[in-house]
Amino acid sequence: MSAIRLEFRAVTKRFPAQRRGDAPVTAVQNVSFTVADGEVVSIIGPSGCGKSTLLNMGSGLDPATSGEVFVDGERVTRPNEHVAFMLQKDLLLPWRTIRQNVEFGLEIQGRPTADRHRIAEELLVKCRLQDFIHHYPHQLSGGMRQRAALARTLAVDPAVLLMDEPFSALDAQTKMVLQQDLGRTLADTGKTALFITHDLAEAIALSDRVLVMSQRPGTIIEEIKVDIPDRDNPMERRKSPKVGPYVSALMELLHIDQAAA
Amino acid sequence: MNAMMAQPSTQRMMIGSVLLLIVFLAAWQWLPGLFGIPAFIIPPASTVWDEFLHMLANDRLVYHTVITALQVLAGFVLGVILGMVVGFVLGMSQAAEFMLSPYILALQIAPKVAFAPLFVIWFGYTVYPKILVAVLIVFFPVMINVLGAVRAIDPDIVRLARSFTASRFQVFWKVEFPAAMPPFFAGLRIAATLAVIGVVVGELVGGNTGLGYLLTFGEGAGNTAMVFVAIILLTLIGIVLYAVIVAIENRVLHYLPARARKIT
Ligand SMILES: Nc1ncnc2c1ncn2[C@@H]1O[C@H](COP(=O)(O)OP(=O)(O)OP(=O)(O)O)[C@@H](O)[C@H]1O
Ligand SMILES: [Mg+2]
Repeated sequence: MSAIRLEFRAVTKRFPAQRRGDAPVTAVQNVSFTVADGEVVSIIGPSGCGKSTLLNMGSGLDPATSGEVFVDGERVTRPNEHVAFMLQKDLLLPWRTIRQNVEFGLEIQGRPTADRHRIAEELLVKCRLQDFIHHYPHQLSGGMRQRAALARTLAVDPAVLLMDEPFSALDAQTKMVLQQDLGRTLADTGKTALFITHDLAEAIALSDRVLVMSQRPGTIIEEIKVDIPDRDNPMERRKSPKVGPYVSALMELLHIDQAAA
Repeated sequence: MNAMMAQPSTQRMMIGSVLLLIVFLAAWQWLPGLFGIPAFIIPPASTVWDEFLHMLANDRLVYHTVITALQVLAGFVLGVILGMVVGFVLGMSQAAEFMLSPYILALQIAPKVAFAPLFVIWFGYTVYPKILVAVLIVFFPVMINVLGAVRAIDPDIVRLARSFTASRFQVFWKVEFPAAMPPFFAGLRIAATLAVIGVVVGELVGGNTGLGYLLTFGEGAGNTAMVFVAIILLTLIGIVLYAVIVAIENRVLHYLPARARKIT
């Protein structure tokens, strides 16, 4: 068993009531799981079950009400250089060129200019954006912008990547291309990732394990190990006959058929 | 406006505007006479030009123009700095905005030029009342635009910066400050024209320097051409300031798509 990179230990998050008289909202309740080094774990669950909340606590932006989050054995109490997150929105800064955007995190962490340029340019080549290094975000397509956002996340060389539905705003084909990019990159760099998605096929194509959450207050109700080869090649993995049964199992767990009936 | 359509006929458009200028000057020269409008109502272009030369030689026109221009510049720069600082502070601090907004709203509604006599009482016939009116009038569009821009920043961008362990100052310097630049420049354009108004009102109210003083002097002497000269020079000061701002804006906001830049 390899080292544990990310651990949630009995984490609960309650939000204070918005109006007086309301009960406080318990977003997630008693969530515990671990992600090992190099592992990619997806979280799926109904809307509002607290997936984003988990991720915010992992990034150290919001504190847990009770319980603890550890990254590399260190307790997370505030944002730190071990984790980096990526959202559905690319959050590229319009006044920065693509390279400057990729360098954003490095710049904040005070890395020397030469290092920043080298790292950013390497990653932009990997993300097939080498021809757009000096372009501005508005000159890129949605898929390219999201690839730039991925490069920005990888640039700070985090121990753990936290991704909140990073591809859900993209069209189906662009999405598959980016999933392929991500699958490759994660495998190449051996990165650990926690990946939130609503797309069951995406979860199966990209991850080693899928955690299924219940309705709010969200807890983990099931853990499914994805036993299909080619985690570094989501495109290939999608074609496996085993994907169908996994999707059916997840649909069952999420009661999707009942919701539709 | 549309750069793509303008490309092939730029030269023709230039010729067109020169022709239009000639037509305008000719109309100014001869139309009032044709309609029997006396020269003390609308002096013809040549009379205004003669008056301009006369004022240069006898009325220290350069001196008065420079005084007014410097007051405009001083009032503009101080008002912009003040507006920017207050805009950022209010944008970043909920508490500050909550406590100060009633006063700011009151000041914003109050007609700023009405303060001119008060400032003259306080500071006498010096440059300060004029600069102060300009500061007051320039302050608001800049402050409001900066405040609005800081408010409009996507909180997720700030969270992204913080997740990269950004300090409060880094969030300001790398996110909030650059994000406020487009509305800031929109505010500057408005402020440029307002600064001239502020100074002129200050000069009209009291003192014996500046183009505003020449305006009242010309009025008192029944010298319409002198009033025209002063108005034209005041307009020119405003145009120069505006052009400088647009030039700076084009350098600073070069990243914006061309069309978005033209509109704001
Ligand atoms: N800042 C907040 N204040 C109060 N309640 C909040 C806050 N953030 C989230 N919540 C509540 O916590 C619950 C979980 O929210 P969260 O955003 O984590 O859900 P999610 O699983 O990411 O949903 P989705 O799949 O729609 O993105 C929701 O009911 C939400 O209303
Ligand atoms: Mg969410």
